[in-house]
Amino acid sequence: MNTATRSERWSGYALLTVMAIAVVIPFLSVFLASLQPAGTPVVGLTWPERWSWDNYEQAWSVAGFSDLIRHSLTIAVGVVPASLVLAALAGYALGTMRLPGGNAVAAFFIAGLTIPVELIVVPLYFDLRGLGLTNSYLGVILVEIALFMPFSVFWMRTHFQSTPASLVEAARIDGASSGTILLRILLPLARPSLMTLGLLVFMWSWNQFLLVLVLIQDTTKHTAPAGLGFFVGQNSTDIPTLAAGTIIVMLPILILFVVFQRSFIAGLLQGATKG
Amino acid sequence: MPSRPPNQPAGGRRRSPYRGYVYVLPAFAVYFAFAVLPALHTAYLSLFEWDGVTLGDWVGLGNYQEIFQDSVLRQSVLNALVLVVFFSFVPIVLGLAMTGLLARFRRPGMGAYRFLFMLPQVVPLVAVGVTWRWLYGDDGLVNQTFRAVGLDGVTRAWLGDFGAALIAVGLVGTWVLSGLCMMLFLSGVQKVDPSLYEAARLDGAGPVREFVSVTLPHLRGELAVAMTVTTVAALASFDIVYVTTNGGPGEQTTVPGLLVYRLAFSEGKVGLAAALAVVLGCLILAIVYLINRLSRSET
Repeated sequence: MNTATRSERWSGYALLTVMAIAVVIPFLSVFLASLQPAGTPVVGLTWPERWSWDNYEQAWSVAGFSDLIRHSLTIAVGVVPASLVLAALAGYALGTMRLPGGNAVAAFFIAGLTIPVELIVVPLYFDLRGLGLTNSYLGVILVEIALFMPFSVFWMRTHFQSTPASLVEAARIDGASSGTILLRILLPLARPSLMTLGLLVFMWSWNQFLLVLVLIQDTTKHTAPAGLGFFVGQNSTDIPTLAAGTIIVMLPILILFVVFQRSFIAGLLQGATKG
Repeated sequence: MPSRPPNQPAGGRRRSPYRGYVYVLPAFAVYFAFAVLPALHTAYLSLFEWDGVTLGDWVGLGNYQEIFQDSVLRQSVLNALVLVVFFSFVPIVLGLAMTGLLARFRRPGMGAYRFLFMLPQVVPLVAVGVTWRWLYGDDGLVNQTFRAVGLDGVTRAWLGDFGAALIAVGLVGTWVLSGLCMMLFLSGVQKVDPSLYEAARLDGAGPVREFVSVTLPHLRGELAVAMTVTTVAALASFDIVYVTTNGGPGEQTTVPGLLVYRLAFSEGKVGLAAALAVVLGCLILAIVYLINRLSRSET
């Protein structure tokens, strides 16, 4: 296995480290800026003389980031369970049953992987406004479920295709209905796949920007990224508060990433490769 | 009234093969209603001149004609193609170089690197944009660094500079996507049989030769994936551009996504916005198709 020379090994690690530093420094710069006393001019990467958490309080309560976080969570809590249920059902049928035209339907879902938000957002605004679903979390939730559905169905179908067919066959011979097979036998086995999918969907929902910008024009109802984007335009001079707000918006997803990094990374890499 | 298919025996023991579609229906309905239908509706709207309020006028393909004639619209597409260089080409080259260096040995401590390299993938792009807006600012880290090494003459407000803004925005994409490309290639290389590397070494192959004849051919699939993901990210970019430059200075960093938003919701040109969205969607579809086609036919 180890045919590399010592110098190759060192140069490899040296380059890895340089790149890792390049990734970290922007985050570090924002974090340090967020600790500077409010209202002071901040320069690049400066170690704060006195650590001040006041900016977080300021951003959280005065600048309204607590509301923004709550709105984002409301949407994610609507999107994630619904996506998992719908994708598990569809993926089960498309992955384990011999449906006439099933492959075509699966292909129709997969084709949706290439739909950018830009392609659907214009008529969505007018159509949903007609239904009273603009400035409403329900509207955003429905569209996000639809937008992530191609990947979700594809992910669950791939999972169910990989479960041994004999398992399903045996249960069928025992007289189990298709619903029982899914609920009692396949779903318990699918927990890791469902969890990874749930994390990815949560992340996409949390990070969604353009859709929210269009569908929720009432700034008091904005989500975290939309609020942050709006805030930049308003308060671009108050760097410490802006930096604290940026950290707050990233924090929920960062915590999830730290805790579930294996699932996250596996999902992102496999999801990309299979898609 | 109950009509049973004639070839089905009473008692319904033989079930219709279509029954399984009951499971597919809910997902399909939501997907169709809130993604497919709007996409079709966009195509329909693109045939009208409409301000979003009054009745629209049928203009056929007029909006598409305008996209190719209007200099701002054309430039937005060209800008997106420049972004492809920074979002796609540079990260892939960087990722391949790293992989070439690291392909041959076990890498203890990779977990920590993997965590860091994937970090830009999980945080909101809006937050990334705000971060870089600060780094590129007058007192930001970029200028601070140039001043520290005595290059005061180089410092400027990067995102407001006519010559530098698009490159500056592009480099944000490089920062976001390089780690992903690297991790994709490194995980691909792990599937290569180590004895191939030993054989190459025994045959006297140097690192470059080895990379070209062992590593690269095994990464064809990952390469296609990386190209697809990064190219789509460049063409459909919105968040980063909106937050950092909002298209400026002038139209230097305008991208199609930004114009779709602006035309439809502040300039009252809904039909034109829809046409641009369709062009963007088709461009993405064509490129994804092309990349997958090429990556398969070369095997």
